[in-house]
Amino acid sequence: MTSERFEPRIVAFVCNWCTYIAADAAGTARARYSPNVRLIRLMCSGRVDPQFVMSAFEKGADGVMICGCHPRDCHYNEGNYKTLRRYLLLKKMLSQLGFEDERLRLEWISASEPEKFRRAVEEMTEHVRKLGPVKENGGK
Amino acid sequence: MAKKPKVAFYWCASCGGCEEAVVDLAEAVLDVVAAVDIVFWPVALDFKVEDVEAMKDGSITVSFINGAVRLSEQEEMAKLLRKKSQVVIAFGSCSHMGGIPGLANLWDKDSIFDYYYHKGPTVQGQNGSEPLMKVEVPEGVLELPSFWDTVKSLDQVIKVDYYLPGCPPTPKLLANAVQALLSGKLPPPGSVLAGTRALCHECNLNESKPEKLLLKELKRVHEVQVDPKKCLLAQGVLCLGPVTRGGCEALCIGGNMPCTGCFGPTDEVKDYGAKGVAFLSSIVDFNEEKDIAKVLEKVPDPVGLFYRYSLPTSFMRRTLEVKRE
Repeated sequence: MTSERFEPRIVAFVCNWCTYIAADAAGTARARYSPNVRLIRLMCSGRVDPQFVMSAFEKGADGVMICGCHPRDCHYNEGNYKTLRRYLLLKKMLSQLGFEDERLRLEWISASEPEKFRRAVEEMTEHVRKLGPVKENGGK
Repeated sequence: MAKKPKVAFYWCASCGGCEEAVVDLAEAVLDVVAAVDIVFWPVALDFKVEDVEAMKDGSITVSFINGAVRLSEQEEMAKLLRKKSQVVIAFGSCSHMGGIPGLANLWDKDSIFDYYYHKGPTVQGQNGSEPLMKVEVPEGVLELPSFWDTVKSLDQVIKVDYYLPGCPPTPKLLANAVQALLSGKLPPPGSVLAGTRALCHECNLNESKPEKLLLKELKRVHEVQVDPKKCLLAQGVLCLGPVTRGGCEALCIGGNMPCTGCFGPTDEVKDYGAKGVAFLSSIVDFNEEKDIAKVLEKVPDPVGLFYRYSLPTSFMRRTLEVKRE
């Protein structure tokens, strides 16, 4: 039965200084999390152009996560604030385009929070699994 | 006498403003007419589809097609003109990127028909009738073109050689394009025949744009008396100049109105709306979620703002769910 379960594809943009290290630590600690997530390491969550997110959805992602350092913790001082602003506006726009709220998630995960990373990935996978694939209209 | 190049104009889903732009060439239109032979122009000249069908393939030097494609008839005409023309130019925002009609891609045929022919308020009241593609009457069968779920840009239907952006393209850009065609000095195929840099570079108010642009408050145009000598963004009016291709010489800004992005993105940008989001987010001068949300309240309709002219060519085309009220 498990093979018929919908396996969502999730793209996670993670920053080099916090979340990627947390993900690495989660791996070292042998924490188990869903293999549905595909990590893309960037120097900063501020590098995430909204075009990346939309392009991910266009290419078949069912959910996108943006993960970076906590506020006031950014390696480049204010990259994550820019991310937050983009995220808020992009989310508003995606909802107009018919995307459910859970398909895009912003999460601050520091290098010392592998457990938080694991939890975020698990939650995201479950939420998106419930939503199913991105609905296509495919009209002529 | 040497043979004059043949030119055709056609309109698909458009408002007629692009035709107006051709007429706006004013006296220069006479030079154009003297230099070329207009063989098809439904809005102004009486040629029929049969006349185009009778032409040899490739015999039209250039076809200017404006408007988005949303009816089967428009697709047929676009394909016919493609076959008969050496060069096809997508004329205006609608054929370039889908334009304002493209915003209908937030819905589909059924939801649009349902609203306009059944639910929407009218003076006379709805009587439940809606257009059919085919109807039989005693005299025979009447047919209408079919209405698609999806509005498309011209290059999603046929191969397009060049794009003339704008809503509508300025007479100057049109004249330049015609000049380039006549002289044979054409840029590489697929080019957009306008500027390559952002509009700010050619805007008269660029000098008054602050080095670091940060806003604590956005103002909508009706809420502010615009100072015509100061960058609109610096005054809090959301102008899309920084993310829009130049070439129009900042006409709207000259009229104290912000740029709405009809020239589309620059060559490097694939998705205008997403870039618009990035741009606006970068100038909001707050770091706390509630403050940011407050500023963004002034952007109640991001899709309408950032995809005003380009929804059909965005990354999100047709991966969206259709709204049903």
